Amino acid sequence: MVPQFARGHRLREDKARGRWVILAPERVFEPDDIATEVLLLVDGVRTFDEIVDALAAKFAAPRDAIAADVTVMLADLRERQVLAG
Amino acid sequence: MTPPPPIGLLAELTHRCPLRCPYCSNPLALAAADGELTTADWARVFRQAAELGVLQLHLSGGEPAARRDLVELVSHAAGAGLYTNLITSGMMLDAGRLAALAEAGLDHVQLSVQDSEPGSADRIAGFPGGHARKLAFAGLVTQAGLPFTLNAVVHRQNLDHLGEIVALALQLGAKRLEVAHVQYYGWALLNRDHLLPTRDQLDRATVMVEQARSEHRGVLSIDYVVPDYYATEPKACMGGWGRQVMVVNPTGKVLPCHAAESLPGMVFESVLDRDLASIWTSSEAFEMYRGTGWMRGPCQGCVNAERDWGGCRCQAFALTGDATATDPACRLSRDHSLLDVAVQRAAAPAGDFIYRERARVKTSVL
Repeated sequence: MVPQFARGHRLREDKARGRWVILAPERVFEPDDIATEVLLLVDGVRTFDEIVDALAAKFAAPRDAIAADVTVMLADLRERQVLAG
Repeated sequence: MTPPPPIGLLAELTHRCPLRCPYCSNPLALAAADGELTTADWARVFRQAAELGVLQLHLSGGEPAARRDLVELVSHAAGAGLYTNLITSGMMLDAGRLAALAEAGLDHVQLSVQDSEPGSADRIAGFPGGHARKLAFAGLVTQAGLPFTLNAVVHRQNLDHLGEIVALALQLGAKRLEVAHVQYYGWALLNRDHLLPTRDQLDRATVMVEQARSEHRGVLSIDYVVPDYYATEPKACMGGWGRQVMVVNPTGKVLPCHAAESLPGMVFESVLDRDLASIWTSSEAFEMYRGTGWMRGPCQGCVNAERDWGGCRCQAFALTGDATATDPACRLSRDHSLLDVAVQRAAAPAGDFIYRERARVKTSVL
């Protein structure tokens, strides 16, 4: 599975406010720090497994726990139509 | 204290438009084409907006596609890093130009319809054949893979068709439907007696929206809020004066809201004279109703003062003649009963729509 942003949605650094945001039709979502780390890896190329591997390496955390968290987060963003597929 | 930067910029690229909707949000005195900002002016405004902290750019009008340089403008906006939303009637864009817009970095399209079926829609828009062209345009938008929102301005003459409007949004492949009640200043105030819905209509519409929302969850999201004339609490107009959004009109004036020119005695500065950041932070117009310092009773000290920011200044002025009054949409306003009076008066309208057109003599309505 290759997660990707739905058309019309993208992650951008909001330098003026010192945060990252998801820009969407008529809306702005503010992902928290953890969600931002995940979404920075969502590029339409990396698979779900590759994203989890990258996070596990970066944060030296158990892979299973990360996989579970990322699954929930991506499902939520898919339901909100931020992510496609 | 420096105010936080705006999230959104509404760029009214032009007041030119083929449609003549009687509730048009443009001012009664429409700007002429020869007074419009140049391509280079807009490119500079977009760069300044992005530097200031604006994230989303709404390209509006009039009909923004009446600008021959629209593709170039989108390209400048995307280059500045702005999220670009095209607010269009869909009347002046063919497949080729739409593809060029997508290529230039356009993120989203908001297409307006005036009703669910052509006879009524064309009459309201004052343009025979317009509705069919809009439907064809919606097809082009989905073919181009661009996400789009269908926008329907609703009022007495089309509110009973809300179910059909929802069906139309689904049929056209819109991801969002924005159902916007007419707001009564400018052109809409001239036509208020023809446009104000009845309480019964409104109640049926509210039930209808709730049903449609649950029925189409995850497929179509519906934006809908109760209109002011039947509200008991005012809305934070534009998210509060000078808090979230700034508007640049076709000639370069910078406004806290698109109707602000209806307020008397205001001076709006131009992007031709000053940069956006200094206009946002320190111009008299933005300072005038920002925050709560300007408020009087019952707004001052109200627990909701920093939630609704006193409601809409333009509506307060249009109804009471006093731009510093509490928005009459608030049940605590001493002028709240004016809304009931307007609703009663609208029950027996005389004449027909006054359609939007250039250089109309200003008409008294109150």
